[in-house]
Amino acid sequence: MMEKVKIIIDGKILEVPSDYTVLKAARMAHIDIPTLCYMEGINEIGACRMCLVEVKGARALQASCVYPVREGMEVYTNTQKVRTARKANLELILSNHDRKCTTCVRSENCELQRLAKELNVGDIPFEGENINYPIDNLSASIVRDNNKCIVCRRCVSVCEKVQTTGVIGAKNRGFKTEIGVPYDKSLKDTSCIMCGQCIQACPVGALREKEHIERVWNALENKDMHVVVQTAPAVRAALGEEFGLPVGTCVTGKMAAALKRLGFAKVFDTNTGADITIMEEGTELLDRINNGGVLPMITSCSPGWIKFCEHYYPEFIPNLSSCKSPHTMLGAVLKSYYADIMGIAPEKIFVVSVMPCTAKKYEIDRPEMEVDSLRDVDAVITTRELARMIKEARIDFVNIDDEPFDNPLGEASGAAVIFGATGGVMEAALRTVAKKLTGSPLDEIEFKQTRGQEGIKEFEINLPNITLKGAVAHGTGNARKLLDNVKSGKAQYHFIEVMACPGGCVTGGGQPIPSFKTKNELDIFSLRANALYEEDRSLPVRYSDDNEFVKKLYEEYLGEPNSHKAHEILHTNYTKREKYSDDFLDMTSVGETV
Amino acid sequence: MAIDNEMLMNIINKNKDNNGALMQILHDVQDSFGYIPYEAQKVIAEELNVPLSEVYGVITFYSRFTLNPVGKYKVGVCLGTACYVKGSDKVLERIENILKIKAGETSADGLYSIDATRCVGACGLAPVMTINEDVYGKLVPEDVDKILAKYK
Ligand code: SF4
Ligand code: SF4
Ligand code: SF4
Repeated sequence: MMEKVKIIIDGKILEVPSDYTVLKAARMAHIDIPTLCYMEGINEIGACRMCLVEVKGARALQASCVYPVREGMEVYTNTQKVRTARKANLELILSNHDRKCTTCVRSENCELQRLAKELNVGDIPFEGENINYPIDNLSASIVRDNNKCIVCRRCVSVCEKVQTTGVIGAKNRGFKTEIGVPYDKSLKDTSCIMCGQCIQACPVGALREKEHIERVWNALENKDMHVVVQTAPAVRAALGEEFGLPVGTCVTGKMAAALKRLGFAKVFDTNTGADITIMEEGTELLDRINNGGVLPMITSCSPGWIKFCEHYYPEFIPNLSSCKSPHTMLGAVLKSYYADIMGIAPEKIFVVSVMPCTAKKYEIDRPEMEVDSLRDVDAVITTRELARMIKEARIDFVNIDDEPFDNPLGEASGAAVIFGATGGVMEAALRTVAKKLTGSPLDEIEFKQTRGQEGIKEFEINLPNITLKGAVAHGTGNARKLLDNVKSGKAQYHFIEVMACPGGCVTGGGQPIPSFKTKNELDIFSLRANALYEEDRSLPVRYSDDNEFVKKLYEEYLGEPNSHKAHEILHTNYTKREKYSDDFLDMTSVGETV
Repeated sequence: MAIDNEMLMNIINKNKDNNGALMQILHDVQDSFGYIPYEAQKVIAEELNVPLSEVYGVITFYSRFTLNPVGKYKVGVCLGTACYVKGSDKVLERIENILKIKAGETSADGLYSIDATRCVGACGLAPVMTINEDVYGKLVPEDVDKILAKYK
């Protein structure tokens, strides 16, 4: 037990652990102190000066996010002096901010905008000097607009400390301080893994995804094209938040209905792709175990993780499952088998994926992701972009009636739904593999060892003839730790699941960005993940290999899992990538016209 | 740009395990090479196991470090508040136009480099420019032509 101290905040006597900051103590007591740069445990740097408070006996106002509590301390959070100072600091930030809220991607969900309103800032009395920064929109996934950046460094901390990628940083000093890639190069030419966790961290509109909305509207307008859409499992667990529904509301039916209203010819569930993934990956795993293949095998569903592995741990490339990710698998099936049975020319099919992920935008542009020179997937929109499209189309999302996904793909399994939370791919694979090895359905179908927010989860599963050792890591910082243990021989496994985003896809870089307040009050990960676990429990089929469409697909088209045909369309390969390339300085700089 | 790898590795290995290794290494590299090229930053980042963005961030934070070789004549223009309000940005602009390089760059002949500096402590003389050890104050942009002509 941590020692406790007594402090008084605004006359309220509190007893808090002695390692607390004043901010943490205040929040515990529901005393609201505004912040912009603060992220608990990740970015505690006292830079934005919004959290100033008066501490009795201290000469100046103190930044409460970095000010430790002391026995008997008296703090005032709501004095004239405090209010004036906070407001002045906010005005200073706003004075050289590109304040074009009406056309800003984060309007109505912007911490700066909200604070300006809540702190009652009116006209900005002075106009600061503005540097006109070029926008970095060369990356396949991430757009950086430093004109809106308030230099809070939250993105920098997440990139470096959580993801351990560290591709962006603060440059120069004083008024000219700027966040970005060294030498004004683009994220495109770095070892950025496109995870979008920086977007999730950003309090303002300085970071956003590379939009594919225009691509999608244009395709929908083209009457020659058969435009179909698929949605990843995690999307249904979060899309509702964009329309004011409580966090954790599962909106599968509304989402399918809204997509039909948008004009897609067919609405499919990426879960079908996930079930196919389990068939392929499960078979690959057993094959590697039985025939002395490279172990541990590591999942390949998360393109952010794949890019991380290629840049930072290329020695593990042989360990990566050769399976494409579920949505590219489904894309490839749609442009082959589905095209066949529907009698549609594959080149007339346009596949849109709705994903909780920004890395998947990068993934679909990878040269390997095509079969017979047809792209597996033609556009990827994030959950946020889908919400924008639904709003633009004036669809009343909250009141729309549920509709099912379309045939002929039908309903996927519950095992596929849980892909959206960390541990889900592992659990889905274990269900099918265990059933196959024991020869009968399992008594306990839920593998709880794989669930939850622990950074690295390890477990052993007793199966006939083998004790299967597995591990699950989410967030590439945790993946790094896990791989280091494997590398040093400290830990041994058969099978590892890695998701690039902390929490897995439900908290992916393309998901709705919860307000700071919501994040403080709710456990976003658990609420969204539970929505998926509940859908799993509600479904009649809970093993991937029991999915009727998948069975038919193998019977009529692919033959066996890992067959020649399956390899041709469902598997891929990986490339070692430099962290810092030799010709980095010759790359295009942000702002050069290309 | 070729760098002397052995010299670089010596510097790194000498400081690697010390506290504040990064700062010390950057100091030594700056002194030995006259600047800190990208190739050196890359090696430093790898050896110290820190991101390149951090190495680059530190270099651009301290005006003592430079990304490019410094010219024979190091032209500094103070952009501190006092100088700035008296128009030192116009002075800088004029210098940049005459020398055809930007702040932070070095001319192709290696003769001049320009630095936009922080307050040099001569606010009474604002706006101020320096060339190596020489200080010129109370400038208007037109003064620049004659001053630069003295340094060939
Ligand atoms: S970042 Fe926020 S304050 Fe700035 S323009 Fe966008 S919505 Fe407005
Ligand atoms: S996308 Fe991920 S790796 Fe790239 S800058 Fe953002 S946080 Fe860093
Ligand atoms: S881009 Fe966003 S998160 Fe990063 S420093 Fe700027 S405002 Fe903060």
